[in-house]
Amino acid sequence: MAQSLDRLKERPSQTAGPYVHIGLTPNFCGIGGVYASDLGSAMLNGETKGDRIDLRIRVLDGTGTPLKDALIEIWQADANGLYNSPAEMRGAADPNFQGWGRQPTDMETGVCLFRTIKPGRVPFRDGRLMAPHFTLWIVARGINVGLHTRLYLSDEEKANAEDPILGRIEHRLRVPTLIAERQGDTYVFDVHLQGEKETVFFDS
Amino acid sequence: MAERGSNRSPETGAFFQRDRQWHPPAFTPNYKSSVLRSPQKALLSFDNTLSELTGPVFGHAMLGELDNDLIHNFAKAGESAIGERIIVHGRVLDERGSGVPGVLLEFWQANAGGRYRHKKDGYLAPLDPNFGGCGRTITGEDGSYAFRTVRPGPYPWPNGPNDWRPAHIHFSVFGHGFAQRLITQMYFEGDPLIWRCPIVGGISSKAAVEALIAALDMHSTIPMDALAYKFDIVLRGRRSTLFENRPEGN
Repeated sequence: MAQSLDRLKERPSQTAGPYVHIGLTPNFCGIGGVYASDLGSAMLNGETKGDRIDLRIRVLDGTGTPLKDALIEIWQADANGLYNSPAEMRGAADPNFQGWGRQPTDMETGVCLFRTIKPGRVPFRDGRLMAPHFTLWIVARGINVGLHTRLYLSDEEKANAEDPILGRIEHRLRVPTLIAERQGDTYVFDVHLQGEKETVFFDS
Repeated sequence: MAERGSNRSPETGAFFQRDRQWHPPAFTPNYKSSVLRSPQKALLSFDNTLSELTGPVFGHAMLGELDNDLIHNFAKAGESAIGERIIVHGRVLDERGSGVPGVLLEFWQANAGGRYRHKKDGYLAPLDPNFGGCGRTITGEDGSYAFRTVRPGPYPWPNGPNDWRPAHIHFSVFGHGFAQRLITQMYFEGDPLIWRCPIVGGISSKAAVEALIAALDMHSTIPMDALAYKFDIVLRGRRSTLFENRPEGN
């Protein structure tokens, strides 16, 4: 026997379940008076720098039915491509933009709407620039481990073509599963949990 | 670059890879909701970029006085929630064993009768007018946290013809990098329903299930007031950047 490596194990994930709203968006599900507002529900203030855009996201199950009990979080850089995080060593991000948002899917339509700004480009590990993107994290009843993916933008064709993460996708016909379609100032994105159009999910 | 209430310099190494054999897989057919909601294609693996290494900061200033007291944070003045009063406490650690400060923990649960305050929950057990079921806190410098609540009841749920959830508290955890994001559930020592639960059963390793079971902690009880359970939460650790070319050293 060699010495033990003496490391702990991450706690295993368990589903967020059907009542995730109680914990993460209590005002949305009618539990008022505990928190003034639901955390992450407003990403912008009047001073936030950058182009205002909306993300309109749905999550579809294996039959194509939108989930009405999912919760989505996004994490993004500011307009200059800086993250508002202590691990950001390149400079100070816009103090009026945290870069994190959280929204439930609508209980009738399954639509999830984020009002935010278009992020700048962030360098990959080797210094090449990644295309503007949002990190997405999706939880719901029936999802045992939160799903991690990205949302890229359809009007960034040139940047998308040189993005190192999109470039790693072996089956090129799956690349469009990560690209939201621009309609005016709204980007529309369907996440497919299964099927021919299954979204590329990440392990990173 | 925001402060995190710690004078340690931020760590920027990539996170240890997630042990996907230790977590439940996406497809666990005994938990029926997973059948149509589980991705079937291989995940795309890559070493963390800045998008996964960074994460939002939550300061203690956002917390209200009763945020970590579920017995009182929804109750009318002078009243309190019904049920077995408990304290849940522990530390948030990383896989290298270091306490993680500044971690936002959010928790939610059913009331003492096993009923959630949610329009989708139709269980016949009654709502408690003094219990909302949500709370939150932020870990201290050593990763420690505590909150007060009532022990949630077990409840039946529509999966198999007669499936019951063990008593549990849901936890949402924000580490320092978005790649550490985790939602899990805490179970209670000695509950026989744990080993019959189809959601717990998605985890194949007994040791992994036991990592989600909080122990009765008599040293932290308050006599004549509340029992205590200790629940430590481990998040992914960062690789120490040994021998990588960093001018500031390791």
